[in-house]
Amino acid sequence: MAEIKIITTDEIKTDEYLVNMGPQHPSTHGVLRLLVKLEGEIVHNVEPHVGYIHSGIEKMTEALSYPQIIHLTDRMDYLSAHMNNEAVCLCIENALQVEVPERVKYIRTIFDELQRLASHQLWWCASGMDLGALTAFFYGLRDREDILDIFEETCGARLTLNYSVPGGVMFDIHPNFQTKVKAFIKKFRKILPEYDKLLTGNIIFQNRTKGVGVLSKEDAIAYGVTGPTGRASGFSCDVRKHHPYSAYPYIKFDEKLGTDGDSFMRWKLRMDEMWESLNIIEQLIDNIPEGDIAVKMKGVIKLPEGEFYQRVETARGEFGVYIVSDGKKNPYRVKFRSPGFSNLFTINHIAKNWKIADLVAIMATFDLVIPDIDR
Amino acid sequence: MTNEQLIEKLSAANPDAVVKQGSQYPEITVAHDKMHAFMQNLKSDASLAFDYLVCESGVDYPAFIQVVYHLESTTHQHFIVVKTTTENREIAVLDTVSDIWPTAEFHEDEIFDLLGITFTNHPHLRRLFLDETWGFPLRKDFHDDIHVVER
Repeated sequence: MAEIKIITTDEIKTDEYLVNMGPQHPSTHGVLRLLVKLEGEIVHNVEPHVGYIHSGIEKMTEALSYPQIIHLTDRMDYLSAHMNNEAVCLCIENALQVEVPERVKYIRTIFDELQRLASHQLWWCASGMDLGALTAFFYGLRDREDILDIFEETCGARLTLNYSVPGGVMFDIHPNFQTKVKAFIKKFRKILPEYDKLLTGNIIFQNRTKGVGVLSKEDAIAYGVTGPTGRASGFSCDVRKHHPYSAYPYIKFDEKLGTDGDSFMRWKLRMDEMWESLNIIEQLIDNIPEGDIAVKMKGVIKLPEGEFYQRVETARGEFGVYIVSDGKKNPYRVKFRSPGFSNLFTINHIAKNWKIADLVAIMATFDLVIPDIDR
Repeated sequence: MTNEQLIEKLSAANPDAVVKQGSQYPEITVAHDKMHAFMQNLKSDASLAFDYLVCESGVDYPAFIQVVYHLESTTHQHFIVVKTTTENREIAVLDTVSDIWPTAEFHEDEIFDLLGITFTNHPHLRRLFLDETWGFPLRKDFHDDIHVVER
């Protein structure tokens, strides 16, 4: 009988090869190409190639007036449309030293948090689908409709809101707004534990995410990873807490911080943030002060000469608007610091030596929106 | 550290640099040849500890191209704006800061792509969004006959 030779896996070497993941891969959530260097199914290097939907928004803004710029910003991170609009509005208001009415601050903050919930719901269902749990997709989209209906009733749009204008908001809230939001909160408090039951406690899901793709706190800071992704690593980077704007100074809320920095922690942190968003809305919804919904602004808005920077917290992290003005009605230069851009480029750092299926889990918990990266 | 203390400390340590209080944050303009050492100090000095590069942007001016760094310290929570300019628009070369803050690597890729600043010692400088046939669109003299219609 021939002798059976036992071969360990270390002896089997294959050549490194390159695989294009994307630009049309379902788990990249848009047109992102990852050039992955593999040996077998072990990832050795990931090089993100972006720019497939680069639309030159920064260049376009140089030919537009300030109110027109707002309409472009919600095409970048379309899931945080209202926060992006608000960032430009706040930047203009700060530059002109306009104080908006209290009512506007409350309305904007409630919209911020509703938008964050809608975004996290979509993230929850889409990343569930990335990991092979299709049921989550239907649950998440079903519940997101409630928020979009509330948006539609007040401002007429569901995704690209354009609700903020320099000096205030475009319309007053719909008479049904408060009752509908309160009904939604009541309903969603019952639904959130269902989300946990469906995925968070699932052993297959936990095995695929726990300990996978660990990002340390030092790396999170060095790579500028913000938002829930950065906070899962323990990087305290919540702009709402550190540099409060709108109605955030008036309310009490916790900045959720994780310790592990793995995919499961990123997942858990966003689930916790949804609870926190509900608390924030509850503190504000009954206390919206009476008053104007906008201050009177000049027909043609001209910013004083100088440079202005405004940071807000979107659903993905820190969004910054940097406006250089030369005193004309068009800005001289506008730069958008988008959270997805900084977050994406850590992927090579943390996906190394994981399997290609884990790369999908890491991408899912990073919550990337590609137009936000490409701009 | 308050903004006043920050301005005082930085102007004492860097007599050549222009330090002033901007509309929101302290602003420091450093010469391009001293920029890298200055940045290194900003991160390593324990009382400054600027460990988080928030944003790096390029602005094209008639005589030079400026790069603006928004920096924050996660330990002290203070924030500054550092500016540096290239020698002129033809020789647009600057030192990279990606060895200090890794995130700068990709912000610099973007600036190279859209404004045409070459960063020396950059590990992997490449055009991020556009292909080689494009010029540098964010430069003010960029002219695109095909895609832009003049009014």
